Amino acid sequence: MDIMSLVNALPSVAAQGLIWGIMAIGVFITFRILDVADLTVDGTLCTGGATFIMLTMAGANVWAAMLGAFCAGLMAGLLTGLFHTACGIPAILAGILTQLALYSINLRIMGQANRPVSSRQYDLLVSQQDVREVGLHNPILVSALFVIVIIALLYWFFGTELGSSLRATGANLAMSRAQGINVNVTKVLGLMLSNGLVALSGALLAQYQGFADVNMGRGAIVIGLAAVIIGEVIFSRIFRNFALRLLAVAIGAVIYYLVYQVVIWLGLKTDDMKLITALIVAFFLAIPFWKGRYFDRWMKRGGGDRA
Amino acid sequence: MLELRNICKTFNPGTVNEKVALNGLSLRLEEGEFVTVIGGNGAGKSTMLNAVAGTFPLDAGQILIDGVDVTRLPEHRRARYIGRVFQDPMMGTAPTMQIEENLALAARRGKRRTLRPGITKKERAEYAERLKILDLGLEDRMTTKVGLLSGGQRQALTLLMASLVKPKLLLLDEHTAALDPKTAAKVLEATEKIVTRDRLTTLMITHNMKDAITYGDRLIMMKDGQIIFDISGEEKKKLTVEDLLDKFKVAGEDDLSDKMILS
Repeated sequence: MDIMSLVNALPSVAAQGLIWGIMAIGVFITFRILDVADLTVDGTLCTGGATFIMLTMAGANVWAAMLGAFCAGLMAGLLTGLFHTACGIPAILAGILTQLALYSINLRIMGQANRPVSSRQYDLLVSQQDVREVGLHNPILVSALFVIVIIALLYWFFGTELGSSLRATGANLAMSRAQGINVNVTKVLGLMLSNGLVALSGALLAQYQGFADVNMGRGAIVIGLAAVIIGEVIFSRIFRNFALRLLAVAIGAVIYYLVYQVVIWLGLKTDDMKLITALIVAFFLAIPFWKGRYFDRWMKRGGGDRA
Repeated sequence: MLELRNICKTFNPGTVNEKVALNGLSLRLEEGEFVTVIGGNGAGKSTMLNAVAGTFPLDAGQILIDGVDVTRLPEHRRARYIGRVFQDPMMGTAPTMQIEENLALAARRGKRRTLRPGITKKERAEYAERLKILDLGLEDRMTTKVGLLSGGQRQALTLLMASLVKPKLLLLDEHTAALDPKTAAKVLEATEKIVTRDRLTTLMITHNMKDAITYGDRLIMMKDGQIIFDISGEEKKKLTVEDLLDKFKVAGEDDLSDKMILS
């Protein structure tokens, strides 16, 4: 095991982690703010990448293509939101339905299962080839800027009247209705915003890796949750401010990719990574439950002994 | 101010769990009236309040607030007229948000929520001033997350939120039932202060007969989804707990909970 091969992979870890960090921030909006686990994102990630590539190939400016990808994500979130609010389908199932529908839609967008996009042919924002270059085109720098701008915009938005009503909806539905908030509207809005960000992340990812693939989003929700949870476990005691909590999520995604790289370096197959990710996320999601259940019981027994 | 015309609601119709909760109930509240509502379990008190708030659609009847027919308005649209405090202290506030953020949400009840700031400096000063009426010291803890407050503090805050924008109607659904006696007394005191100061038209459900007599200027008793007793003015002032118990017996109410008799 050559330590240098791991060190060599670090720039790529940082760039990929930051791009996935944008996706994880999207997951944070639904999972932590709206209190909904939205499975749409597995499909939206590819939708974003696919939309970006097809618009680029059609001659669109790179920023127009990014905007197009963002809007495609908004639409995916809108669909899930309408399934959930207008059709009364439980949120998790609504997300699964949209995700399935998106599989076909993504194939329609791309016309085939896989589409390459070359940075030599098009003017892209990020590319894997530049990961060691020093300069404004370095993907680590570009994706970090994206993360910072997105966090700043979200920080502003969730401080507005509308953003506050979104947070209230996730915190307490009965209270929100009693305060005159149309919770159906806020839920749909939150799902749209979240999926818009995931699509944006998908667009960056497609540029970075040089292609979009219909399977590129498989398990994305779990990676997003992993990033959210890793960020919280490590930073929850020092990062209390909302913007810092979002930053923690993005850093969580980088750490996830670092662990990923280490595991591969240790000799595990990439094919096994989804299994490992699932187990890690399950473990961290279970901690609050175990804490409440076993720790309390242990405390009671301990108290009984002393009495 | 509030008019209920023959409202009916049956839950789970056509099943073994069928329950007629409101049976052609009619009620008229004048502006500024403070009405206490008592009745046994299942009498329909909470159902009546929830019907006014719009939690569920009615089977029949009409609800008018200040002359406006709100029968078909969804809950969030009626909120502009109505302030509410629930029985469960957890229900009226957003636990993950700060005290001042909760108040700011309440200050925008019935208004369009835009991209303007969710709370301004000017508001903060105003809320600190407003919180003083509760006499709980919350004005010094404006940025505390509401989830860290006690049930009584949360209930008092909910009361303030319900009255922050003067509602046409204040609905209190046994809002002190889940609190210890001392805290309950404090919240009731704050209720009385706010209702009197703002001359709020109020419907207050209570399990406590003494409270029902002490507070308000009108008392109604419910049974089987109807109002069986309605008393106000001088007559109400002379009312005693014994009188109320007699009324319950006459009505054939055998469902008096210990809580109602003992308190």
